[in-house]
Amino acid sequence: MSGSRIDEALRGEPAFIPYLAAGDPDVESTKEYVRALVRGGADIVELGLPFSEPIAEGSTIQNAIVRSLDGGMTPDAYFDLVEDLDVEVPIVCMTYYNLIYRYGSEEGPESFVRRAAEAGIDGFVVPDLPAEESDPLREACDSYGLDLVFIVAPTTRGDRLKRIMDQVSGYVYVQARLGTTGARTDVSEQTDMSLGRLEEWDVPKAVGFGISEREHAERIVAGGADGIIVGSALVDIVAEGDTDDGTVAERLERKARELKEGALAGAESRPQPERP
Amino acid sequence: MSQSKFGRYGGQYVPEALMPAIEELEDAYQRYILENEDGFMDDFRTRLRDFGGRPTPLQHAEALSARYDREVYLKREDLLHGGAHKLNNALGQALLAKYMGKERIIAETGAGQHGTATAMACAHLGLDCEIYMGERDINRQRPNVFRMRLNGAAVNPVTTGRGTLKEAISETMRDWATSVEDTHYVIGSVVGPHPFPRMVRDFQAVISEEARGQVIEKTGGLPDSVLACAGGGSNTMGAFHQFVGEEGVELYAVEAGGSSLEVDEDGGVAPNSASLSTGSEGVLHGARTKLLQDSDGQIMESHSVSSGLDYAGVGPELAYLVDEGRVTPVNVDDDGALESFHRLSQLEGIIPALETAHAFAFLEEEYETLGEVVIVNVSGRGDKDLESVIEETAERDIENAPEMDVFRGGL
Repeated sequence: MSGSRIDEALRGEPAFIPYLAAGDPDVESTKEYVRALVRGGADIVELGLPFSEPIAEGSTIQNAIVRSLDGGMTPDAYFDLVEDLDVEVPIVCMTYYNLIYRYGSEEGPESFVRRAAEAGIDGFVVPDLPAEESDPLREACDSYGLDLVFIVAPTTRGDRLKRIMDQVSGYVYVQARLGTTGARTDVSEQTDMSLGRLEEWDVPKAVGFGISEREHAERIVAGGADGIIVGSALVDIVAEGDTDDGTVAERLERKARELKEGALAGAESRPQPERP
Repeated sequence: MSQSKFGRYGGQYVPEALMPAIEELEDAYQRYILENEDGFMDDFRTRLRDFGGRPTPLQHAEALSARYDREVYLKREDLLHGGAHKLNNALGQALLAKYMGKERIIAETGAGQHGTATAMACAHLGLDCEIYMGERDINRQRPNVFRMRLNGAAVNPVTTGRGTLKEAISETMRDWATSVEDTHYVIGSVVGPHPFPRMVRDFQAVISEEARGQVIEKTGGLPDSVLACAGGGSNTMGAFHQFVGEEGVELYAVEAGGSSLEVDEDGGVAPNSASLSTGSEGVLHGARTKLLQDSDGQIMESHSVSSGLDYAGVGPELAYLVDEGRVTPVNVDDDGALESFHRLSQLEGIIPALETAHAFAFLEEEYETLGEVVIVNVSGRGDKDLESVIEETAERDIENAPEMDVFRGGL
């Protein structure tokens, strides 16, 4: 496979991949929060570049996007933020295709990808870009050595799986359940079925949508995931602000540690392969 | 050109969870609509006639013809059941959903006409129905909200953003991503991912199929011009489709110029809904098309006195036909539309939808260039707009408007 920084981060112990909306509520806070998540054990960070029409997001992340846009977040401000981050873990840019397509003076995704590569971004997740429409972005990513992560939904089967397998690099984002993003209180059986369909794929599998607790992380990794992706549960902490339990950064670090430990525990409880 | 594209426009830009449903819909579109499997199209045409009241007349407008010294014909979609062209599409898609075995229908609506048509079609066919509508539009269109509820539909207010059609579409897509296995999304215009733009156009093409036969019967030939208002563009494509191949027929898509064609880039606001006239290429709600957006690609809030035109995008086929030079995009402002609303009501005894009034405002401004025989598509009737018209008219000095003092504070 690609052997990229993202791929490597998912090939060892199970990875914890947090998501935050960049610029929620402002650029300096985002930098502080990302560093806190890394201290807590984040292996890769998905950093959202807010788009005004986030059709794949639930209300928690929608509201974060509104806060970020109201605070003046733009693609250029986003790239500056990433350049200033100074963290060792790979950064994945999660955004919608119109922002990628419109960036810079040239038509198409290349200007955006070039600037992202300069800023130190390692890959993309683009929720409204299915494999059918992704050739231009895939080519630009290949030119600059960036990964392009695709989402596999519980409804994805048959030929569509093959199409995604041919395009994906870095990791495959396994959507734990139908619907939009958002913290939930249980973990769906749809996750196990989705992971089962991808068993033979030689690309790391990270599960997201609805994960908020240590137990979810443990169960999902025990079920075969190489990583867990957590967004809304962290964005909730940002939205709440400082509380008696600590500052936002302190609580994000604590939550990251809890989820990472859950993932590690899940790996230990996996059935061990028989030795020859 | 690939089936999913119109030149560079169109495509399928949706979350992966929806792609299998889109593929299922493509298959159903091919079989039931294009190949008439199980007699689907026969069933649809029968229901359009008996439930919907088709064909609608092509009326010779005597007062307008005299005023402009040419032959003006009105395609009376306002006489369709529900009072707008929207039923053609809503009935078609709801029936298709039934043939596909889907039990639940969701839809979005701006002015409420599409929501009303969908609620009626669902009641007629015995399907569950939920409508998403921006909170601001709910306030502007109370009679239609009540009509939807009368037909048994649930109306879900959308409070994100400015609470208009753009946000309602996003919210309906979110619902669909959760419920896709038993639910069909009856999208309200020739927008969204393939196959919606083609499918909705095919359902609406009955307008120009009828108009073409009717105008030949009445005049012995084709019209010189066809005028239709354009928001998302479903009545526009419906009125144009059978004339696109006739190079001698000029096609005018009349957009909402709102209060100005200038944009407030810092505020993220375009005080108009003229995506064909002033927009740029981008990707929104599943398709590549012309959009009102800022230089970063963030979608702008649009504006029109008419809720039904208040949308930041337009159908990809219209964007393509404009680029090809086949369709001419024009626009008129809020004031012009209101003036025409009153003028048509008085001259012809037809109270048009505010959307349609834009087409009549263009006729008033440019009639000298439109040739001898002009068809205007009357996309819907204006009853739903009366509250808005009272409020907006009271703020302006409009020739021919009734004395407004009596209404001030009364409604």
